[in-house]
Amino acid sequence: MWRRIVALVVKEFLAVLKDRKSRAVLLVLPFLQLGVFPFATTFEVTGIRLAVLNEDAGAEGRELVSRFTATPTFRAVATLTHSSEIAPMIDSRRAELVLHVGKTFSRALKTGASAPVQLIADGRNSNTALITLAYAGEIVGAFGREHARAPLPAALVDRAWFNPNLGSLWSILPGILAIIISVATTSITAFSLAREKEVGTFQQLLVTPLRPVEIVIGKTLPALAIGLGESAVIVAAMVLLYRMPLVGRVGLLYVGIPLFLLANIGMGLMVSSVARTQQQALLGAFLFLLPEVILSGFATPIGNMPDWIQTLTYVNPMRYFLVISQGVFLKDLPADAVLAQAWPMALIALGSLTVAGWLFRRRLY
Amino acid sequence: MAGGATIELVGLTKRFSGARGGVAALRSVSARIEPGRITGLVGSDGAGKTTLMRVIAGLMAADEGEVRVENAAEVGYMPQSFATYEDLTVADNLALYADLEGVAGAARRARLDELLAFTGLGPFQARLAGRLSGGMRQKLALACALMRPPDALLLDEPSVGVDPLSRRELWEIVSGLAAKGALVLWSTAYLDEAERCAAVLVLHQGRLVYAGPPGSFTGPLAGRTFALYAPAASLRAVQRRAGVQPGIVDAVRRERALRLVVAEGPAPKLADLLAEDERAGAALEPVRPTFEDALVAALRSTAEPSPTPLLAAPAPIADLDRPTARPVEVANLTRRFDSFVAVDSVSFAVERGEIFGLLGPNGAGKSTIFKVLCGLLPPSGGTALIAGIDLSRARAAARERIGYMSQRFSLYGELSVGQNLAFFAGVYGLSGRRKRERIAAVSAEFGLRALEDERAGALPLGHRQRLALAAALLHEPAILFLDEPTSGVDPVTRREFWLRINALAEAGVTVMVSTHFLEEAEYCDRLAILYEGRLIALGSAADLKRAHAPPGTTAPPGIEDAFIALIRAQARAAA
Repeated sequence: MWRRIVALVVKEFLAVLKDRKSRAVLLVLPFLQLGVFPFATTFEVTGIRLAVLNEDAGAEGRELVSRFTATPTFRAVATLTHSSEIAPMIDSRRAELVLHVGKTFSRALKTGASAPVQLIADGRNSNTALITLAYAGEIVGAFGREHARAPLPAALVDRAWFNPNLGSLWSILPGILAIIISVATTSITAFSLAREKEVGTFQQLLVTPLRPVEIVIGKTLPALAIGLGESAVIVAAMVLLYRMPLVGRVGLLYVGIPLFLLANIGMGLMVSSVARTQQQALLGAFLFLLPEVILSGFATPIGNMPDWIQTLTYVNPMRYFLVISQGVFLKDLPADAVLAQAWPMALIALGSLTVAGWLFRRRLY
Repeated sequence: MAGGATIELVGLTKRFSGARGGVAALRSVSARIEPGRITGLVGSDGAGKTTLMRVIAGLMAADEGEVRVENAAEVGYMPQSFATYEDLTVADNLALYADLEGVAGAARRARLDELLAFTGLGPFQARLAGRLSGGMRQKLALACALMRPPDALLLDEPSVGVDPLSRRELWEIVSGLAAKGALVLWSTAYLDEAERCAAVLVLHQGRLVYAGPPGSFTGPLAGRTFALYAPAASLRAVQRRAGVQPGIVDAVRRERALRLVVAEGPAPKLADLLAEDERAGAALEPVRPTFEDALVAALRSTAEPSPTPLLAAPAPIADLDRPTARPVEVANLTRRFDSFVAVDSVSFAVERGEIFGLLGPNGAGKSTIFKVLCGLLPPSGGTALIAGIDLSRARAAARERIGYMSQRFSLYGELSVGQNLAFFAGVYGLSGRRKRERIAAVSAEFGLRALEDERAGALPLGHRQRLALAAALLHEPAILFLDEPTSGVDPVTRREFWLRINALAEAGVTVMVSTHFLEEAEYCDRLAILYEGRLIALGSAADLKRAHAPPGTTAPPGIEDAFIALIRAQARAAA
């Protein structure tokens, strides 16, 4: 049995390495992704287009405005003279935020009365608007504290643990690792069988003494090896190029990675045992990968999703791997916490690989 | 026909850029195609037929030379896979093409009725095109291509995938067009079709080998073709010897005789062909040369020599040392797919060393039987034994005993020849010295040594076929399954292939062939003819021809006639 599997594994490696398209998927794409994704998916907002309407004649008004324009977060694009100009600025998207300082601003400050400042944000991109308003709120808050006659009754002091500077790169990179290795292994396995079906070699494989379980193993091992190698390179790049801290133990990361890869390979094999052509395989892999990423908690927390969708995420291997990946990198996740995430992935891997093996046979009938 | 359309080809050359310096698909082809008759464009796969059609149709520009079309306002072209829409009905498809061609008004209904009557598709108007049989689909495609009656019609392999019965009907429809004065160019790899054409252009590797009436092609062979009867000898052995004998151009087994084509010169003598103890009752009779004889003679002069002398003793087959039961035994085999019965209680047994053919139109059940016997499908009822192993129980064990070569020569194109062989040796469980020895043995036997590092996908068809057969024989199987092994291959390559198969059979390998290609059937010792899942006839080609020859035929009936007569009788019985 192992002799036959070895032959299949060797052939699989040769086929992947000799095919220009698969080579590109494996060797070029992940590094392009690693170079582009972390910056493309950043949650930090800079260079917000700011329009200023300062009706206040005093020094305080000017000071507040300069606190906005002095940070790299905001870029002043227009100075307005009348409130009727506000709406067109936002409508035409020439400004994303309008800072409106009223006529009585400095006077109110001096007399100790409340001095309101108006901020108008373009809510069409709600995420950016929220972050923009939060930044602006911070600036106004700091200004308020300094100019207050008496200390405020309650002051908030925040500390973000594990990611003290709240660098979004650190929270994104462990997810990027998950996405890149799952895309590579799922698509490679999804394509490999569909391709054999198109060329007619699949039937030839089935008339050899190879059993379905041997075909599954023979197709799984090369993809697993490729995925492991790729993950090692990406982890190294994260630490060396992106200066990502690796607080936890790498060994624990490598409890999660093989199981996560196996679960993805199983899904890829399922797709390719149902697909008749490479086109169908591409579509099938896409149909699996997209929800895998969206329902993983990578971009939006699973806790914020409706209950029934939260239930759905339990069959998503990336949900578990993301916990391990972020945990090991940022906070030295203990072994028992890793295991708690590992066994569901093992279950998913076993299930998908078994179904794939069973489907191989069914599709022939 | 004065004033009819003519097409003149002047020095057409077309190259395709490719991996190794490109391929010449056409090499200075010059010919004249006349109206009022069917001109056959004859050649094997890769001979350049499709390229020539596309150049004539103006879909592709030639690198050199030109096409002169005279008196043809409309040139119709029907490509190999003509775009009929599978999800539309026959009537919808015709309506669509009528719209596309701008056939409107009163003429439209008349033209559609005419085409429906002409193709016999009238009763099937409401059927989805995807549900039509191969033959009916080709008729529909033809009807669409004929929407505006063309003066010149180019048909690219219209009879591929069409059963013999529909093939004849298609031919009659097109003959009717030609009789009305149209120019018809019909490309084909079937030589019996070539023989029926009024004129032929024979292409081989992009070169025009012959142009003219098919009858004159055989002219130079007059007095050079013989049938050798030698009841005391093994015809296979004689054939193998004749294959390397100087002065013998071709030797093919046909029923109980060996057909010989000899070089120019004095007629051969029995003493040259047979050993003394083989001569009892032997006879050498002159026979009429066929188109195939002429083609083989023409190609032999250009073909590369066979990689190994086929005189060599057949390779010993280790697996045969084991005492086995009958290689293939099938009793009341039934295979259902849901409610559809694909194979209905079929029984037959195949003896050791026999070449056994399963013959039938598409959907007759032959590929299902093949899948059951190869261990890909469990039988739903009855028994199927391979070398005594029950296929309903130990399919993987049975698969170790068989070799399988598919029609598409399923190889890993991106792997080299050597890597392909190593892979197949591995999956059949060979290792160490045995693996090395077997790979060396088949490489030598099939002339693959020099090609070891070539990419399998870049090999020409003939070499690929050899590699596929070599891969199927690595583990020395006792039973070899061949799925339409030589359809589309040129006759010289086909002969070489069957010589090898014969040698294997002689060494005791049982060979199972599934085909709807009647020329392949001629190479089988016995044939099982299948129709709608049932076995309707079983016997040697000669027996079947004699028993089922249509009444009133004077010429010696071909296997195709017998086949058609059988199927017609079945259809009548069912009605």
